Amino acid sequence: MPLIHIKNVVKTYDMGAELVHALSGVSVDIEANEYVSIMGPSGSGKSTLMNVIGCLDTPTSGLYEIEGENVGDLDDNQLAELRNRKIGFVFQTFNLLPRSTALHNVELPLIYAGVPSHDRRALAEQALVSVGLGDRMTHRPNELSGGQRQRVAVARALVNDPSIILADEPTGNLDSKTGIEIMQLFSDLHQQGNTIIIVTHEEDIAAHSHRIIRLFDGKVASDVPVANPLVYQKA
Amino acid sequence: MFRFYEFKEGFRIALVAIYANKMRSVLTTLGIVIGIVVVTLMATVIEGMGTALDKSISSLGTDVYYLSKWDWFGGEWWKARNRRDVTVEQAEELREKLAIAEAVVPVASTWQKTFKYRNRSVKGNVNGTVPDYEVTSGVVPAEGRFFNLYESNAGRPVCIIGHDVARNLFEREDPIGKTIKIAGYSYRVIGVFEKEGDFLGTSMFSKDTQAFLPLENFLKVFGSNRSIDIHVKMREGVPKEDGKEEMIGIFRSVRRVPAGEENDFGINTQDFLKEVFDSVVGTIGIVGFLITSLSLLVGGVGIMNIMFVSVKERTKEIGTRKALGAKRRSILIQFLIEAATICMIGGLIGLAVSFPLSLIINEILPSSMPLWVVVLSLSISIAVGLVSGIVPAFTAARMNPVDALRYE
Ligand SMILES: Nc1ncnc2c1ncn2[C@@H]1O[C@H](COP(=O)(O)OP(=O)(O)OP(=O)(O)O)[C@@H](O)[C@H]1O
Ligand SMILES: [Mg+2]
Repeated sequence: MPLIHIKNVVKTYDMGAELVHALSGVSVDIEANEYVSIMGPSGSGKSTLMNVIGCLDTPTSGLYEIEGENVGDLDDNQLAELRNRKIGFVFQTFNLLPRSTALHNVELPLIYAGVPSHDRRALAEQALVSVGLGDRMTHRPNELSGGQRQRVAVARALVNDPSIILADEPTGNLDSKTGIEIMQLFSDLHQQGNTIIIVTHEEDIAAHSHRIIRLFDGKVASDVPVANPLVYQKA
Repeated sequence: MFRFYEFKEGFRIALVAIYANKMRSVLTTLGIVIGIVVVTLMATVIEGMGTALDKSISSLGTDVYYLSKWDWFGGEWWKARNRRDVTVEQAEELREKLAIAEAVVPVASTWQKTFKYRNRSVKGNVNGTVPDYEVTSGVVPAEGRFFNLYESNAGRPVCIIGHDVARNLFEREDPIGKTIKIAGYSYRVIGVFEKEGDFLGTSMFSKDTQAFLPLENFLKVFGSNRSIDIHVKMREGVPKEDGKEEMIGIFRSVRRVPAGEENDFGINTQDFLKEVFDSVVGTIGIVGFLITSLSLLVGGVGIMNIMFVSVKERTKEIGTRKALGAKRRSILIQFLIEAATICMIGGLIGLAVSFPLSLIINEILPSSMPLWVVVLSLSISIAVGLVSGIVPAFTAARMNPVDALRYE
């Protein structure tokens, strides 16, 4: 049983005058601990697919199962719980709470998971240390660089120990050097056993992954393994 | 199921959000502030009046009837004006015939006479009465004594004065045994009453500013051509209604009121104070209630508006929180707490404004802001916040996470 099982998923937006087919019959299986890139031209449906995988959006039709559980059967609260426990998001625009410290931002998923405050703090600190921000815990997002902000977001994504990490253009707002630092974090996470799915436009970012799915017009155009994935050595 | 951490996080977020928009938050609470100020001051005034009422009731004595030419409350004064005077003789006759009465006491009064001691003077009412006044009023002098039967019958120039009269004329000096002038006549002070306080801003019904003389003396000095009051206290165990009926029957015969005609005298009881109180409190209550509801309504709409703004501004934050696992309930609670907190701050500002005002009221009408008013105000504020926050909070809670995340 694959971790992620997507069969004939269609997502259609009714724009009144016309129907926009963001996804028109996508089928993908992803096993646990895979490292997958999703590529494709702008408007090809990458973000839409990510939203479906992340249980933020429900497909118009088709089947989506996580660990054999049919996501279509879940209600709003169950979806929230599923996102909380199994999925960590990293956004292109970081999406940190501007008025909260790095520490509190990282604590958020734990708050919604109901982790007692003492453990919460310890786990959040640990996550921040693991992304190299042990000395920036009490900084607010506007006191951090772009790369540091994205590290906070990565720490937030991994703090609740999810099995799937979804990153939609995580390096899109970063320069190439900081982008590579973030990719290194993903490699580490992958090596620790997590499933990583990232959307990217850049071939050398995708080169870190082990499998590349290319979308075109809402369909899977190609789905191939990467022969020699780039691996960063820990400094 | 409600979890404490949600509440705590909600409160945290609320404080951060409110702090970030200090000015906006405080301005929005204006309606709440006004509402709370009105409601607390109203309650303080009513409470103060209640205390004054209780004092006045005890000073008038329970189960005492005040027969008079006049009706104290209600009645038609233009009819009363044409009634025959109530006289000392009638009081005497009533006393002889009304066996169920413990005491029947004539009280003659005159207004605004000058009391003088050395170079100090004050004005107040003067009453002439008999020793049984102690029985009907239920009060004995705090210092000294009331006049006795001998002094009463002989019309001795002695007096018992109210607390304010004593303090104003004598300050720290002991008044007992001193001679004062009342309307130019000399009287020896033999007793002083305890302080009673005012009712509804008037001391008309309190002994504080009055003096009491033997009736015989009073009639000689101030003249006997006047209508007096008769204070009647029933014996213990006399059923209230029966006693009242018998008293009215006998007094009608004393005044020769033909059968079938209405009483040509007022039968007053302390209940009239309660009636005055109720009507004044009713008026204050209605006016206060209208102002309060109106300002709370305006305040509530303001809060609702600002909450819609707050929800809109933080659409992306809501999307992020949902992506991280916040349930509808968590978001709902977050915004409800924010609305309730803003309103509670409004309530606290309201209390901060009305507390000094209540001290000013205290100068006029002894009162203090009761604790329950504080609790009530804060509860009202929070309730307004919850009610006006509910729709914006639901809007936020029901947002689709993808749409919220895409919102710019
Ligand atoms: N909420 C929406 N309403 C209407 N159309 C939408 C909506 N979201 C996406 N679409 C449409 O669906 C299609 C796929 O959008 P999607 O965001 O998945 O593209 P993408 O591959 O992520 O593109 P990019 O690389 O530019 O981010 C686009 O044509 C887009 O206009
Ligand atoms: Mg996209």
